[in-house]
Amino acid sequence: MLKKFFRHSKGEGNDCSRVCCTKLENFTVKVGKLTIFEDVNIHAHCGQLTAVIGPNGAGKSTLLRAILGEVSHTGSLKYTDAKGKHSGKPVIGYVPQYLKFDVSAPVTVLDLFSVCRSSRPAWLFPSNIRHEVEESLKRVKAVELIDRRLGALSGGELQRVLLALALNPMPDILLLDEPVSGVDQNGLEIFYNILEDLQNNEDMTIILISHDLNMVAKHADQVVLMNKGVVCSGTPQEVFSDHRTRKIFGMLAEGGANRGGTGFVWVEHQPKKHQAGCGCPDCAPKEGEE
Amino acid sequence: MMEWLEYDFMKNAFLAILLITPLFGLLSTMVVSNRMAFFSDSLGHGAFTGLAIGAVVGIVSPMESLILFSVVFALLITWIKNKSSASTDTIIGVFSSTGIAVGLMMMSYGGGFNKFSSYLIGDILSITHEELISLLVVLVLVFTAWGFIFNKLLVLSINQSFARSRGINVMLVESIFAAMVAVVVAISIQWVGLLIINSLLVLPAAAARNVSNSVKQYHAVSIGSAMISGLSGLMLAYEFNMAAGATIVVIAALIFFITMALKPYFVR
Repeated sequence: MLKKFFRHSKGEGNDCSRVCCTKLENFTVKVGKLTIFEDVNIHAHCGQLTAVIGPNGAGKSTLLRAILGEVSHTGSLKYTDAKGKHSGKPVIGYVPQYLKFDVSAPVTVLDLFSVCRSSRPAWLFPSNIRHEVEESLKRVKAVELIDRRLGALSGGELQRVLLALALNPMPDILLLDEPVSGVDQNGLEIFYNILEDLQNNEDMTIILISHDLNMVAKHADQVVLMNKGVVCSGTPQEVFSDHRTRKIFGMLAEGGANRGGTGFVWVEHQPKKHQAGCGCPDCAPKEGEE
Repeated sequence: MMEWLEYDFMKNAFLAILLITPLFGLLSTMVVSNRMAFFSDSLGHGAFTGLAIGAVVGIVSPMESLILFSVVFALLITWIKNKSSASTDTIIGVFSSTGIAVGLMMMSYGGGFNKFSSYLIGDILSITHEELISLLVVLVLVFTAWGFIFNKLLVLSINQSFARSRGINVMLVESIFAAMVAVVVAISIQWVGLLIINSLLVLPAAAARNVSNSVKQYHAVSIGSAMISGLSGLMLAYEFNMAAGATIVVIAALIFFITMALKPYFVR
C-alpha cells in the first residue's frame, strides 16, 4: 500500500495514467472439448514490441481474438497503468490478416475511416473528417490512397491503411495478426519502418503475430513462442537459442542461427526503456498485490 | 400512357411500389455485403410458419403473428449462429427447412391450404389505403434506423474481429439488422410473394456492386435500380396482364446482367 503511494507521487507530472502493462495469467481458451491453448502467461509492456511466434494452429490468432473479447476465455486479463493501478478498458487497435479482410464491397478508404470514426451516416452525407483522415494516412505514407476503393489496393497498401486506421485514435495496445503475410518485400519494409517509428515515439504496447522470424529477431523486444500454450519466452536471443524453438521450427531457426551475423540481428536491438519514465512497477508478477 | 393510374387499385399499387422498392434497395446493400442472401431467403420460409400459427391460434391477426414470428425467427438464427460453431449456412438451412415444413403442415391441416396460396405469388394490386400508410411508417422507421446503424454494419461486414476492436457490439448490431429485414419481409410478403421476395433483397445491391466505387454510389444505385425495376415491372405487368412481382424481379435481374457487362467501365 505504502509502495503504491510512493510510486504515485513519483509518477506525477508524467502522463503515466495510460495502460502500460497487459498481463495474461493462466489464460485458457477452449472450444467445446477442444483446447486451443491453455495456461498462457504473458506480460506485455508499453513501449515494447512483443512478438508471438509459433507453428500454424498454435493458437496465436485465437489469443488475439480472446484479448479482443471475441472468444471467451478463462484466466485473467489485466491492464494496469504505470502506477500499478488497474486501469479501465484500454483503446485497442487491431490489424487483421489482410487476406481475411473483405474488400469486395464498394467502399473507399475514406468511407472506411468515416464509418469507423464518425457517427454521421456515410451512405447519406459527405464525410466531415477528410482532413483528419489525410493526416492519419500521412503517417503511413498513403495519402494518395484516400479515394481508392479497398479492392483496388495492393496487399501492402491495404495493410498500411488498416494500420493507419488502427492508430486512429492512438491505441494503448496495438494487436497485429500476421499483418504482412503475403505482402511483397517493398511493402514489408515500409510496414516495419512504421512499426519501428511507433516503437520509438509512442508509448504503446504492441503485440505482433508473425511467421517472419528474421523480422521478429530484428524488431521485437520480447518474443513468446506458442504451441497450444507458452513454450518459452524472453528476449529474441533467449528464445531463438532455446532448443525448444529449434525443435519446433527445425531448419528455419537452425539455419538462421548458423548464419551468424547475417541471420538474426538481435544483438543490435536492445530492449528499450519506457518513455517518460513510466515503467511497469511490478514487472515480475507478485502474489497478493492485486 | 399514364391512363392506368385512373384505376384506384393501380394508383395504390403505384404508391406501394414507391414505398417498398426503396426499402428493399436499402436493406439489400447490407444483405449482400454481409453475405446474408441465404438468411433473408429463410425469413420468407419462416414466414410460412408465422402465417399458419396466426391462422390457427387466431388471437392476433395473421399479419401481427407473421411479423412477430419472423422477428423471433430472425433473432433465433442470429443468436444460434453466434453461439454455435457449425457453419452459418448449415444453421440457416436447418431453420429454413423447418420453417417451411411446419408452416405447410399446419396450413394443409384439414385441406385448407388454398386460402394461403396467394402468399406464394403475392398481389400488389390488392393493397389498401391503410396498408399504404403502415408501409410509409415502416419506410420512415427503417431509413431513420439506417442512419444510426449503417456505419457499424459496414465495419461488421468487412471483418468481425476488426469491428470488435472498434468497440462494436457485434451481436446487437447483427440482431437489429436481422430484425429489420424480418419486419420488411413480413409486411411485404403478401404483395411481393414468398417465392420471389428474396430476389428483391439480393438483386439491387448485386447490380449496384458492379458499377459503384463508394458507399454513397452503392446506396444510390441499389435504391435506384430497385425503384426502376419496380415501376417498370408494374407497368409491364399491367400492359401484358402478368404477375407484377415476377415481372419486377425479371427486370431487376436484367439490370444485374447489364451492370455486369458494364463493370469494366465503371469500377476503378
